Amino acid sequence: MEIKSPKIKSIKHEEFKDNEYIDSLVAELNAAGANIVVGKLDQLMQWGHANSLWPFCFGTSCCAIEFMCLGAARYDMARFGFEVARNSPRQSDYIMCQGTITYRMAPALVRLYEQMAEPKYVIACGGCTVSGGPFKKSYCVVKGVDEIIPVDVYMPGCPPRPEAMFYGLMQLQRKIKASKFFGGHNRKEARAKFFEAKAAAEKDSALRAEHMRLAEESKAPVLER
Amino acid sequence: MFDFGIVTKWINDLLLGVMPQWLATTIECAIVGVALLLMYSVIAIIYIFYERKVCGWIQCRLGPMRVGPWGLLQVFADVFKILTKELITLWDTDRLLFMLAPYFVVVASMLMFACLPWGNGLQMIDMNIGVFFIAAVSSIGVLGILLAGWSSNSKYTLIGAMRSGAQMVSYEISTGIAMMTVICLAGTMSISGIVEAQKDGWFIFTGHIPAIIAFVIYIIAANAENNRGPFDLPEAEHELTAGYHTEYSGIHFGFFYLAEYLNLFIVSGIAALLFLGGWMPLHISGLDAFNNVMDYIPSPVWFLGKAFFMSFVFMWIRWSFPRVRIDQMLKLEWKYLMPLGLFNLVLMALCVSFGLHF
Amino acid sequence: MANIQEKISALCPSATFDESGELLLVNVPDENWHALAKALKEELHFDLLNAVAGVDWKESLGCMYYLTNTETQEMIHVKVATTDRETPRLHTVSDVWAVANYQEREVYDFFGIEFINHPDMRRFFLRNDWVGYPLRKDYDANPELNPLRLEAEENEDDTYALVEDEKGEIKRVDKKVFGPDEYVINVGPQHPSTHGVMRYRAAIDGEVVKKVDVVSGYIHRGIEKLCEDLTYPSMLLYTERMDYMGAHMNRHATCLCIEKALGIEVPHRAEVIRMMMDELMRLSSHLLSYGCLTMDQGATTAFFYGFRERELIYDIFDKTCGARMSMSYDTIGGVVRDVDPEFVNDVRKACDAIEKAIPEYHKLFSGNVIALGRMKDVGTLSLEDAKNYAITGPSGRASGFHCDVRKTQPYSLYNEVEFDEVVYENGDSFDRYMVRMKEMEQSIKILRQCCDMMDKEGHQGEFCAKVPKIIKLPAGHWYQQVEASRGAFGVYLESDGEGKPFQHPYRIHFQSPCFNLVGVVDLTCKDNLIADLITITASLDYVIPDIDR
Repeated sequence: MEIKSPKIKSIKHEEFKDNEYIDSLVAELNAAGANIVVGKLDQLMQWGHANSLWPFCFGTSCCAIEFMCLGAARYDMARFGFEVARNSPRQSDYIMCQGTITYRMAPALVRLYEQMAEPKYVIACGGCTVSGGPFKKSYCVVKGVDEIIPVDVYMPGCPPRPEAMFYGLMQLQRKIKASKFFGGHNRKEARAKFFEAKAAAEKDSALRAEHMRLAEESKAPVLER
Repeated sequence: MFDFGIVTKWINDLLLGVMPQWLATTIECAIVGVALLLMYSVIAIIYIFYERKVCGWIQCRLGPMRVGPWGLLQVFADVFKILTKELITLWDTDRLLFMLAPYFVVVASMLMFACLPWGNGLQMIDMNIGVFFIAAVSSIGVLGILLAGWSSNSKYTLIGAMRSGAQMVSYEISTGIAMMTVICLAGTMSISGIVEAQKDGWFIFTGHIPAIIAFVIYIIAANAENNRGPFDLPEAEHELTAGYHTEYSGIHFGFFYLAEYLNLFIVSGIAALLFLGGWMPLHISGLDAFNNVMDYIPSPVWFLGKAFFMSFVFMWIRWSFPRVRIDQMLKLEWKYLMPLGLFNLVLMALCVSFGLHF
Repeated sequence: MANIQEKISALCPSATFDESGELLLVNVPDENWHALAKALKEELHFDLLNAVAGVDWKESLGCMYYLTNTETQEMIHVKVATTDRETPRLHTVSDVWAVANYQEREVYDFFGIEFINHPDMRRFFLRNDWVGYPLRKDYDANPELNPLRLEAEENEDDTYALVEDEKGEIKRVDKKVFGPDEYVINVGPQHPSTHGVMRYRAAIDGEVVKKVDVVSGYIHRGIEKLCEDLTYPSMLLYTERMDYMGAHMNRHATCLCIEKALGIEVPHRAEVIRMMMDELMRLSSHLLSYGCLTMDQGATTAFFYGFRERELIYDIFDKTCGARMSMSYDTIGGVVRDVDPEFVNDVRKACDAIEKAIPEYHKLFSGNVIALGRMKDVGTLSLEDAKNYAITGPSGRASGFHCDVRKTQPYSLYNEVEFDEVVYENGDSFDRYMVRMKEMEQSIKILRQCCDMMDKEGHQGEFCAKVPKIIKLPAGHWYQQVEASRGAFGVYLESDGEGKPFQHPYRIHFQSPCFNLVGVVDLTCKDNLIADLITITASLDYVIPDIDR
């Protein structure tokens, strides 16, 4: 069975600006091949996951206000089913990091990320979480959350407009649709790779051990954990 | 009025014709069980969608509208998602109780669900103490919530569970008293009996002042027993993150979520049963033509319509009021609602004994 | 001014004075400072400590204390310094002005100055295992000293105090924040109703809060340090990322401070535009505060109503500044570009819409019996405490404290417009909420007058004064306050006046109103319920990045 390029109801395929990336993901999936039954089930599950993204409210500064606007009457993310914001990380699907992450906050963020249930996704929202933004030179700001947790979608802006946030969320939906849920090519392997690469680059031994642990954990199938 | 008892009797006779009594009963139980589960999940899905749309409407939003036509498939997406989410088990918790708690909550709501009078002759359990049974099984839910909060080994969940315990135990008294007021008027505890007693007029009309007071008490107390706003303290999002189910993920959380909406339907259904005549159509004595027209509307439609209307009232309350504080909530129950309820019960008893009702 | 000088000389003969700056500067040796502070408060009624700015003058380390007499609105500032750079120690004044408690902890965190007799010497913003004091000029910024650590902090319960006995000997006393028999729940840093990443540790007894320990710094980004490396115009961008709900005011304050130092006259029309933006920002902030307060109390619908009208204000910002938030609109000498031609009409329309919506808000929430029960007499802050803790803005005015900087020390064109200072008496959560609601009406009043001014000035026209391309400030220090959405926002700016090609501030300190607001959380929450903790913090309405900076 062939996996098709993901379709989003709200935006046409041509209107996205980075189709090569998604197409390459799809090509990779097709290279591995798919059983028709499993493939169909996969599609159903991915449809469910993509259309029921419950955010975990993680706002540290200005972007959180724009996120509130996203939920409020004019933009109303409830239209897409994104509105069930959970305050418990166990029950949410993606963590949208809104605002600067400082050295003091970083352990809390990693912990919250680890508390989330699989499958989980991360959106880096705003300049600060993408790269440190205007605070890149600061003595206690993490230069992009991808230093500490794997990021699925980057949303630049300071803060991003609600429209930009929608675009980012649609990108996340596409990315979810371009993956397999039951075995095969799974984004968990990508995450293990992320942590392995981080561990290799890390000088500090305690941190390296931490990354290795995360990598090992990411490799284990969901149900065995 | 079409009696669904004819259908069930026909099935029973059909089965008895080809097999012995015990097998027929087993098969009937299985059919009823499957129907119950099916209805349970269908109603839950409808309710989640209903609440999200009503909430959106009250908050000048649109609510789900992109997934499927008019957003109808939104809840299905949520269900698929929640079914496949990871189930997190925690260290240093009582594993068995942690796993058991959501089932307690769901089973309690299912047992209540089974008692509802769906239509003329459409009732799964009809015993002579039906209302009492409902009041009894509704208490199992609080056990599940307490277990969930305690076994999660977290301070927030524990506070949520303790609040919930205090709240549900207190407000059960008021719901009980409101039910007793109606039983006093109906003269029976049997659910079909109560519906039958409202043939000539719903209790809210025939019981006039005491029935209306009981209705208001019931609405307040049921809201509280249901952990819905303004009494949503056990899961007060802005104080306790997610209250007693903070540590639950995946389908375990799904069960709590499901039970919450089902309980909304159940309390609405019971309100419809006790005060609005269950599946009984609107009858006005003297207007025979009107009564005949009303009889043409099938009884399940009457029941569901009333239940949905009551749910709308509950949602309206939820999305309009701020949350009360724990001491205010207990004060409301013990200082105002319960004494008023008891007084009202006496009033109703007087009305009934002197025949002052319609 | 001379009068005060004489009185201070009488109280403390060793004090020296400097009248060359905008305000009277009193130099006091550390050993006389505590006694003088007491006398200043009790005899000369300098009962408001506006700001404490730690400064590293290279040869010495010390603090600038800005004091206000709330009766006459006179301001002075006091410089206390020590030349000991190894173990710098000063005497605390936290027993005189309670607000100094957290302020001095901030100074300790940034400069390593230990305060003798201070009850709780912990770091305030940085991790307790941080090496070095970042705002000192000799700070070692080597990232290997302070790497990104992913393990949680240890020993967060440990604190110490330096106690001076009668003989003048100083002893270190180690303490614990919470006793072993206290049931402590942790609220935050990531909690739905801390409005960001504030963390409280609350000792509770059942549902009753016994003590709250504020742990801040989860969004401390070192803005003051970052500003020291930037030129004056580029530094402005950080001001609106502190209190993002008072972005225009913060930037306005910083611009005013630099303009004061440069001696630039801002065109009248530009001031009108700035003032309009300030008031629009205030409206937007109070609408947000309404939304968050109601949502924290479970009235979710009210939140959406508040946000509905906020969008109108965002539209105006969007049209004129090009951004919905972080507008970067004020600049040194005026504003960046002229307003949108439709600006005045849009403002009028928004004013009408909001004015119509306010009764709706009251109907939905203010009169509700549950809301009243939850806010009345909850978290009462007395007038005395408000002054002692330097609580300004709506929260201070709810306690009857006349602290509106727009009235007490008018800046910009606030003395040309008519408006009332909204002051309530009780100081409970409900009054704090009501002050905000009434202030919105006053903001609309100001905006309407400004619209008329704009009609006279022209909808298009002059918007910025001529400023030198490279902005160099003479040596000196300046302090400027404005009324931001949440209280008096002060900017302390010091320039060493050295002739480098690109000038940057020697030291800039932002005195945020929210910083003082967290100081009263413990005081107001004591013996209230957990649910009240949420109500009180919501009614204080602070913005965390403004506290942490």
